[in-house]
Amino acid sequence: MEREIRQILAAHGRLGVDVYSLDADADLYRNGMTSHASVNVMIGLEEAFDVEFPIEMLRRSTFESVASIETALNSLTATLAG
Amino acid sequence: MTAAPVAAGLRIRSGVDLVAVSDVDNAITQFGQRYLDRVFTAHEIESCAGLAQRVAEGLAARFAAKEAAIKVLRPRDTPLDWRSIEVRRDADGICTLQLSGTALLLAEQAGIVDISVALSHEGDIATAMVVALCATPPEDLTSTTEREK
Repeated sequence: MEREIRQILAAHGRLGVDVYSLDADADLYRNGMTSHASVNVMIGLEEAFDVEFPIEMLRRSTFESVASIETALNSLTATLAG
Repeated sequence: MTAAPVAAGLRIRSGVDLVAVSDVDNAITQFGQRYLDRVFTAHEIESCAGLAQRVAEGLAARFAAKEAAIKVLRPRDTPLDWRSIEVRRDADGICTLQLSGTALLLAEQAGIVDISVALSHEGDIATAMVVALCATPPEDLTSTTEREK
């Protein structure tokens, strides 16, 4: 999952650094991701993982790092599986 | 330095944001209706209908307005639906902000009694500024600096 997240960040995150060399906990906003780019990342994740981020997840911290995105996706996919 | 109150018990909050029109244009091309429906209200989409470049310019300015409003509302990590901050455009082209849901709640908590928005775009840049009048004093006079992004 982490590699797919990084691929989507590379495609849509508009990061100023190489996303594949970023620490999983690195702050994506501090590394160049704009608010608008985070929308593209969100929709890119939704299409790739066939999920939809609910309003309660539309917060800055959800998309703040590779690790936080992975946590959110795990939560969404677990909900779908349950 | 601390800001002087504009009137007894009233303070100003402001927010500004810039968005690249090409970023919005690309998002529409890549994600289509899914992108539009997640971010904009039906009124906003309808207000910007027309040629593709005009659509992107108008929506980019509206996204900038939403982000500028977020800087005013200061949600920190409170979940916020972009559609709860709506730019309403009247028949004369005058734009106002209409808040609902969590955005309205945050405005009420901040004591916001009036809020104003201005939009502009030129070339690939769209911008918006939001100014709000608050009836309650801020929690901390030294922490009025906006977050950077």
